[in-house]
Parts: sequence; C-alpha cells; structure tokens
Amino acid sequence: MSHSFEYRGKDDRGKCELSLTVNGKPATVRVFPMERLLDVLRGELGLTGTKEGCGEGECGSCSVLMNGELVNSCLIPALQAADTNLTTIEGLAEGPQLSALQAAFLECGGAQCGICTPGMILASCHLLNKKPEPSLEDIREGLSGNLCRCTGYMQIFEAVVQALRRRAIA
Amino acid sequence: MTEEHSIGKSVPRKEGRDKVTGAARYIDDMTMPGMIYGATVRSQIPRGVIKHISFDPQFEWSEFVVVTAQDIPGKNCIALIGDDQPCLADGKVNHPEEPILLLAHADPHLLRKAVDGVSIEYEPLPAVFTIEESERCSEIIWGMDNTLKTFLIAKGDVDRVWAKADYIVEGEYTTGAQEQLYIENNGVIAAFDLEQGITVWGSLQCPYYVHKALMALCNLPAEKIRVVQAETGGAFGGKEDYPSIIAGHAALLAMKSGRPVKIVYDRLEDMTATTKRHPSRTRHRTAVGKDGRILGGEIDFTIDGGAYATLSSVVLSRGTIHAGGPYYWPNIRIRGKAVATNTPPHGAFRGFGAPQSLFAMERHMDRIAQAVGLSPVEIRRRNFLKPGEATTTEQTIREEIDLGKLLDRALELSDYTAKKARFAEENAVGPFKKGMGIAAFLHGAGFTGSGERYLASVVGVEGCADGGVRVLVSSTEFGQGTNTVLCQIAAEALDLPYEDVRIAQPDTNQVPNSGPTVASRTAMVVGSLVRSAALGIKQTLIAGGMIGTSYSAEEFRAACRRYIAEHGELRSLARYEAPAGVFWDDQRYRGEAYAAFAWAVYVAEVAVDLSTYSARVEDFVALQEVGKVLHPVLAKGQIAGGVAQGIGFALYEKVIWQNGRMQNGQMTNYIMPTSADLPPIRIFFEEMGNVHGAYGAKGIGELPMDGPAPAIVNAIEDALGTRFDSVPLFPEDIFEAVCATGER
Amino acid sequence: MRSDPADYELIAPGNLQAVVSLLADEPGQWLPIAGGTDVMVQYAAGKLPARKLISIWNLPELRAIEISPEEIRIGAGCSYTELREHNVIAQEFPLLASAARWTGGIANQNRGTLGGNIVNASPAADSLPALLVYEAELILVSRRGERRVPYVDFHTDYKKMKLGPEELIRAICLGRRFSNYLHYARKVGARDAQAISKVCVAALGRLRGGVTGSVIDDVRIALGSVAPVPLRLTEVERIAKGKPVEPELVQWTRKMTSAAIQPIDDIRSTARYRSVVAGNLVAEFLQQLRGSGKTV
Repeated sequence: MSHSFEYRGKDDRGKCELSLTVNGKPATVRVFPMERLLDVLRGELGLTGTKEGCGEGECGSCSVLMNGELVNSCLIPALQAADTNLTTIEGLAEGPQLSALQAAFLECGGAQCGICTPGMILASCHLLNKKPEPSLEDIREGLSGNLCRCTGYMQIFEAVVQALRRRAIA
Repeated sequence: MTEEHSIGKSVPRKEGRDKVTGAARYIDDMTMPGMIYGATVRSQIPRGVIKHISFDPQFEWSEFVVVTAQDIPGKNCIALIGDDQPCLADGKVNHPEEPILLLAHADPHLLRKAVDGVSIEYEPLPAVFTIEESERCSEIIWGMDNTLKTFLIAKGDVDRVWAKADYIVEGEYTTGAQEQLYIENNGVIAAFDLEQGITVWGSLQCPYYVHKALMALCNLPAEKIRVVQAETGGAFGGKEDYPSIIAGHAALLAMKSGRPVKIVYDRLEDMTATTKRHPSRTRHRTAVGKDGRILGGEIDFTIDGGAYATLSSVVLSRGTIHAGGPYYWPNIRIRGKAVATNTPPHGAFRGFGAPQSLFAMERHMDRIAQAVGLSPVEIRRRNFLKPGEATTTEQTIREEIDLGKLLDRALELSDYTAKKARFAEENAVGPFKKGMGIAAFLHGAGFTGSGERYLASVVGVEGCADGGVRVLVSSTEFGQGTNTVLCQIAAEALDLPYEDVRIAQPDTNQVPNSGPTVASRTAMVVGSLVRSAALGIKQTLIAGGMIGTSYSAEEFRAACRRYIAEHGELRSLARYEAPAGVFWDDQRYRGEAYAAFAWAVYVAEVAVDLSTYSARVEDFVALQEVGKVLHPVLAKGQIAGGVAQGIGFALYEKVIWQNGRMQNGQMTNYIMPTSADLPPIRIFFEEMGNVHGAYGAKGIGELPMDGPAPAIVNAIEDALGTRFDSVPLFPEDIFEAVCATGER
Repeated sequence: MRSDPADYELIAPGNLQAVVSLLADEPGQWLPIAGGTDVMVQYAAGKLPARKLISIWNLPELRAIEISPEEIRIGAGCSYTELREHNVIAQEFPLLASAARWTGGIANQNRGTLGGNIVNASPAADSLPALLVYEAELILVSRRGERRVPYVDFHTDYKKMKLGPEELIRAICLGRRFSNYLHYARKVGARDAQAISKVCVAALGRLRGGVTGSVIDDVRIALGSVAPVPLRLTEVERIAKGKPVEPELVQWTRKMTSAAIQPIDDIRSTARYRSVVAGNLVAEFLQQLRGSGKTV
C-alpha cells in the first residue's frame, strides 16, 4: 500500500521574495510571482478568513482591501501585491472587540453560513469609508460584487445601516 | 418561569462570532500533517462503454495514488436508497462527469495536470437527455423502461367528474434544473489508519448518510467509520447526498495511500458534476363547476432524475403529495413519475419537488380563473382547504387555518387591489407594463408519511463538568440556524440562560443519529426531541435530589457539576415516537402525509420593460403561518433567502445543457441575483402553534422556495396578457412570446 | 485554479521605458497585464496561452488624467473607479462614467483599466461604444516613440486590432466638444450588476432649429455585443442627419439598426433578441433626443 511520496518538489528558482503589510504587520513571503494573492494569504500567511467561492472574480468571497481599495484577491498576482497595505477580515476586530460592522452583522442576521461574510464585511467597510452616509441604493451598489446565497441580502443591508447608526452615536 | 426567555428572542448566533471574524474553519481552511490532494477523472461522454484508459507517460505515475473501481474494498455503490449508482464507473458510463478514477498527489497543481493526462477511449452509446426522450423508450438506459419510480394518489372518483364539469381546463407547466450554488464548493478530508479506520471531515448536511455509505463502500463496521461535519458554507440540499460520493472518493484514496487526502472542487467541477434541482413537467386537467369550484382533476407530475435513482423517489413523493396545493379536491388522480436521463443525477434542493409541482398548481389556478371568468383572488378563495376537510392524500386538516383570511392579509400588505387598478391604467401608456401575481401554497414539514418513524431519530442532552449543558445531535448548521435554535430550545426547557447551552460538533463518534438535516425537520422534529432530552436531565437532577422543581441558573450549574462529579456523566437521550392518531399508508399512498403544514400566500409585483423584455420584481410580500417563530431574525433570514432563490429560479437561473453536460458552469454565466437585483422582500408571520413541534414551531426552511416562481409568472402574465408556463423565464422568452402575439 | 504558478513568469520593471524596451527586444514574448481582471480569469480557468507576463499595473506614466481646454487625456492604466470619480469625465463624458459603473462590481472596477478593456477587445466590452461615439483617439507608445490613431477603426476583427507587438496603449484622448449633446447609454445584461452585456448602446445627439421644426444636427450611435467588434452605425447616422425625429425616422432607424449588426446566438442570449432590442434602444435614444432640447 505504500507509495513513495517524497515528491522532489518544484524548481524553486522562479520564486521571488515579496514584502507586504498585512493587517498592520509586515510580512515577507517567497512565492511564484503569479501565485494568486488569495493563495498567498490563505497558504503562506495562514490567514484563512479570506475565502474562494468562484476563482473568477464574480462572487467577492475573496475580497480584501489593498491600499484601502476593495479588490478580489483571486485575480491579483502576488507580484502586484508587493509593497502594498492589505486588510483582511482578521484585521478588523481589535482583540476581543468586534468592529461596528462585525457586531452589526451578528445582531442583524447578516451572516448565515458565513462563507461570503468576510468579503461582504470588507466590502461594507470599503463602502462606508467611501460613502459615510450611503443611501440604500448606494449600499446595494456597493455590495453588488459580493454574492450571498443564504440571506437574500435584506439583513446584510440592515447590518450596514445598523453599523452606521452605531458609528453616528459612538 | 411562565414567560419565554429564550424562545422567540433573537439570541446571538452560536457560531456567529467566528463567522464575522474569519475564524470559522471550513474544509479548505484545514490541513493535516502529511496531507495530499485528490482529484477525479470524469467521463467526457454521456453514455458508453470504456474501452481503454491510458496514462500520459510524461508524468511520473509512481508518484501518484491511482484508484479505480477495482480498488474498492466493499460494494462499488453509493448506498442511499437504491444501489444503482456506482462510486466509480466500472466499464460503463451513464452521464457526463461520471467519476471513473481517482488520483492523489502532494502537489495540487501537478495533480490538475495529471487529470488531463489520463485519456479514456469510449465506445459511445445513444443517450437520452429529456423527459420526452426518456419516455419514448427508443433507448432504454435504466431498468425496463427508464422509469425510476412512480406514485399514484387517488381520491374519490375522478372519472365521473368530466361529464358534470362546466369547464375543463388543461395546462402543461415545466421547470428547469437549478443549481444550489452554495458559495462554498463541495470538499472533504479523509484519513485512514488500520486501528481507527476511516475519518472524514466534510462540508455536509448528513453525517450519518456519509457514515452509512462509507461502511458499504469500504467494507468496514460502524465503529471504524467516523464522520465529522466541518463548518459548512451553504448547502440547500446540494450537500445532502452528494457528500457520500466525494467522501467515498477521498476515503478510497486515503485507504490506498495511508495519507490524509483532501478533495475540494473548484466551481466548474462542482457545477458540472454535482446534483441539481430536478427538472419537471406537470400536466393538469381539471373539471370545474360554474361557480369556480374544482370538481376534480388529473395531474401528471414527471421529474427528470438523471442517470441514477439516488433521491428521486423521495423528491417525487413530496412533489406528488404537494401537487394539489392548498385546495380542496373532492376527486383527484395524481400520477407521479421519475424518469432517467443521461445527465448527472439530480438531487435535493430546498423544496424537494414541491416548488416544481406547486409552480404548476399556482399557474394553473390562474388559468382556471381565466376560463371561469373569476379573478385569481376569487378562484383561490372558493377552493381553499378548510379545517375539517381532507387533502389529496385524505389528511384531514385539524388546525383552524383560515386561508381566506391569510389571502386577505397578503392582499392588503401588498396593496394588491389598488395597484392592479393603477397598473391597468398605466400599462396603456408606459414603456413598462406592471402586474401583480399571487401564489398560495403549503409545505409539509418533516419526513413524509412514515419517514420519521423509520428514521427513529435519537437526540442527546448532557450536562458538562463546568455546569453547562450540551446538545448532542447529528443535525448540522449550514447557515439556517440549527446550532442557535436547538440551544434556545434546550435553554427554554431547562430555564437556563441561552449562554449556558452549547452544542457539540456533529461527529458520529460523539453524537447520536438525529436524522438528516433536511425536510424542514430540524426545529420542529429534532427540536422536540431536544426539549424532551433536556427535560430528561432536569428530571434526573430532581430525582437525585440535586435541585428542586424550581431553581436558579446557578443552582442548576452547581447541581450539574455535583452530579457529574458523583456519577461520571449526566446524559439523557430522547427517541422519536410517532404521534398517536397519525397514520400513513405506504401502499395506497394515503393518510397523514406530514405532521404539520405551514401555509403561505405570496404576492409579487413585477414590471416588464418593453424595450428589453426584462421582468423585474419591484416588490414582494411573503406572508406565512409557521406555528411559532422561534427566533425572529433567523426566521426572517430563512424567508428572505428562500425568496431570493425563488426569484432566481423564476427569472435568472438557467442550466444550459448540451449532450447532458452543463455548459454554463461558472458564476459569470450561471446567473444568481446580486444585491442590486432583488426587490424589498417584506416578510410577515402568523403563529397558530403546532402540537407536533417544539414550542409550536413548524418547519420553514423550504417553504419560501415554493411561492416566488408562480407568483412572479402570474404577475408577468397579468402585466402582459401573455401566457407563460415555464421557468426560468428569460427576457428572450418574453420577447419571443410578445413578438409572436404581434405586440411591439 | 487550473494553472500552475510555477509555469509562469511575471516581471514588473516599474517604468514605461523599461516595459516598452523589453517589448521591442522580445516582441510577442511578453503579455502585458494591468489590473488582471481579464487575464487572471483566463489564467484561473487554465486558458491563458501566454507564459511570460509583464506587469503594467500602477505605472505612473499610464495613470494620469490630464485636462486641457480642448481635450482630456486619460492614462490607459486608469481604473474604472478613477474614471467614475473624475469630475470632468463624469460631467462631460457621462457615457464613459456609466460604462465604468456597469463594469463588474466595485472590486473589479478598482482594478480594471480602460486600456485593458480596449486591448482585451471583448465584443461585449462596456466602455468601447462610448469611446466610439466620443471619437476617441489613442496614443500608442513603443520604444520608437508615440503615435496617435483614431479609435474608430482600431479594431479590425474579433480580438484583432491595429496595435503592434511592441506597442502599448498609453492614453485615450477625448475632445471636449460634447457638452450640448444628449448623452445616452444603456446596457442590457442578465442582471443589474456584474453582467456581461447582451446588447449595449452608446449614443450622442444634437438637434438644430429648422424651418418646420428641429432636425438632427449630429448623431453618433455605437453598439456592443452585436458584432465581432464594437460598431458605429455610420450609415444610419449619415441618413438620420438633417431629418426631424418623427415616428417614420424612428421606425426606419430601428430596422436599419437591426440590419446593420451581426448578433449571434451564444450562451448569454439569442441573435433575434439582440437584433430587436438593439433597435428598441436606438429608437428610445431618438425619442429622448426629440424631447431633449439639446440644440446647437
């Protein structure tokens, strides 16, 4: 039954060393330049909060913030993420303290199965950064690149509105 | 405590924090030491004989694990209901994407190339792709006549009604396949060692289904198979039976290699190779009296099961039983039939046959209305089931449901009458034509007929060493709120804070078999058992003198700790018992089909843009009677999500088939609604209670899938005056119909 | 993911000069990749023929938007988000701004570039009809220097264009002369966001007073997804000029539009549907033009 699995491994010469900042912390990885940023985050950096739903930039589950801009990490080659500032879902909470959006998603039912949630929260975060007082239309548009199969989006909109309300009071 | 303190409140989702912080671990987030990756070599043709398999010499095949049908230690089948579906094709293939052999390697990229490096030569055989082709029987692909299953429901004497009818109304209605499109693709990790046997971690709904399938496949006894459900990113039925296949594959690779094996599909493989909603064709012929009351009718309900029987008999059963809708049929004959085609087997998807037959019923009611000259509202009002009347399976409605009132309320909430009047005027001018559509329906919760009795579900509740309480079920969380609701029920039963109750991860080594997480049974049936088991540990503590009949939370915790310290464990099991007076005849397909029905009336407002022929839902009212709302946020979430999927089913989601293979297996080309596409979904509940459900709850997970498609198509017909009898209904279809009738 | 990163090379020289030098030294060897929203999809599907890629993302020389009194010069590496958020583009070239808004979701708008949209040359590309009606000119750059070409005949056939193997698009120039036109654009997709278009129309029009009422002074109509390349309906435009916008003209235009295009049946839609809807949208544009009050 035993097979020899000591696979000789890839020729590593094509790999390059890249520096990036992830959730405020510097990181260096040694990867092929065409490795997807999604795989660098999940593999090399062990940040599995960012998910793969489609691999083609349609579902938004892989969304992260790159230099403050929302991007689909499944479509970004690692080399193009070098020297950028990345925020993933793991970077939102401050220790035990959830961000306003995270708390709102929890309270309002914005997360059901949870697989779209990291990307959805980051997209919401990006929306609120760009439009501090979004209308419902703005919210719909801002999240239209993040697919959710569970919620029908209603409670996600409520979560965003709730987070806004909290921010206004806070 | 007389007031409910947990039930009826929107307590925090048990695993919610992990989900919003990215800490929740799904299969592809998990690795194991020494883990390698598995992949599947699949058939490229719909039907044929395998002549030759060759391996491209550019690969070092000795580095790969290769598994074929010959490697299967037990029976080469996926044990479910029948045993016609092989785990790996052995000499013959019956559908595109059918698994033929398995590969594993440490390098997932090389593995992908190696899959392409396996060439298979076939001798193709003629294949069958549609219900009609299958029925023609010019090619027999399954059994004697391509028929996977039939059911007959007969009530009264339908052959005598035609002569008395003032109207005879006929119609044929079809629905297409629908992809569940959970955002997390199917995935499992399997490990094997001689001592423990097989362990599988999976994205799945039913750990014990997988357990049963692996026993047969791997020829191992029950105690040598362990199945653990990982956090699951959506399922909707698409992970009810399919995981037995992917788990079987990973287990075989693990057995052969001695290494843990992860198999995770990408979106293209998941869409093209796994189950979908059964396509359907329903034919109605109805005898109606002058007053619009149904005298009787015949319904032929046929579904396309794909290449193997899998779950088709059960989907057929539910679809057949629901085919008459929430109406009184004094006489009826319903013929249900599932046929085989050379496509990947269809499977479970929220609603499970009912969305298909109810689409037909609700479209047909509007057709009857037209024939008789009554409004869609009035035709339904005159035919609704009333308490004391019997369904098509002769189940007497024992609860005081007033469907007429439910309808009235839905019409009021949707401003139906005023809008219809307004649209009638505005449609004469505008570039948009607007319409309103109604769907009235019911959905039976729990397994059909004697199903729950056969399942014989067992639930456990135990005290923990720290004084907390733990629920032990094989029922899985995949977004719908299992963890939360079952903990709420236990907390309510024990008068404890919700925070004191936790729930074990579904692990067949740790939890009893509470049945599959399907059929909208979890809150209602399993929840009832959770309540019983919880009361069981309370009784134990009371009997042991540890607490009195009334106690504080702290007293309970202390008593629990003490009891465990003294006795080692504090656990109570509850087993399902069929309620008295509930009787189902499997032979004649008659009797109490479901312990409870939830009832609903949905109203859709649509606008059709005549320059692009696109229909858009502008407003949607979903009103349902659900027994008891256990958790308002979760309940609303279920309805909203189900309505969204129903809107997709009606207007956006189409599987494009070619020779039995899905051509649009990517999210770019299989279209589900985004946040920009959906209307406000306005959700309202009524609660009548339910003697058979925990705290009066009825199952609601699937209910919302039944209403949207017929309500929307009814609204489109209202807007355009053109008949549409099929979903999905695309702008291209509206265009063809509108142009055919000579309108612009 | 159906490609192996180990099989690919990707370099990022970081400045335009270095990029065009390499393209000149090794023509046809290096595939430029900007935001990657097209290239990376092909890569993930295992369908990217190129093995060597050169990153032109974030090259400062390609990112500028320069305004002068007569024209606006948009760096080819500008993202859709930058187009949407730019005042002059939003005000004077709204069809480009709306195309940017319709292309994918926010995440893809942050990465997709106008230059990429042109060079990827999908017949369904959202911004190309707008560029046609605005009569864009492209600045192409290579090591030998720059040349300026009209966009109108840049695409010669499906995914074929007048771009040399060592050339990149450096900028897209639009003349600032459309402020008194009616700008009309509509995209028909399978859903309201993130959809590849089935039909899209971009049009500009302007009336002038005539003896018996206003007539069409100028009209430009371009369509996407109805031919191997984005199309300007030059014949229709020619005949419509000088005519009043009456029902007869609208009907004729509708028919001529359907006749001028070559839509196909594909995975997204049908030829018949596209043909009729294209006609409907052009008719809608003309009706809006009649009521627009946009005169010379």
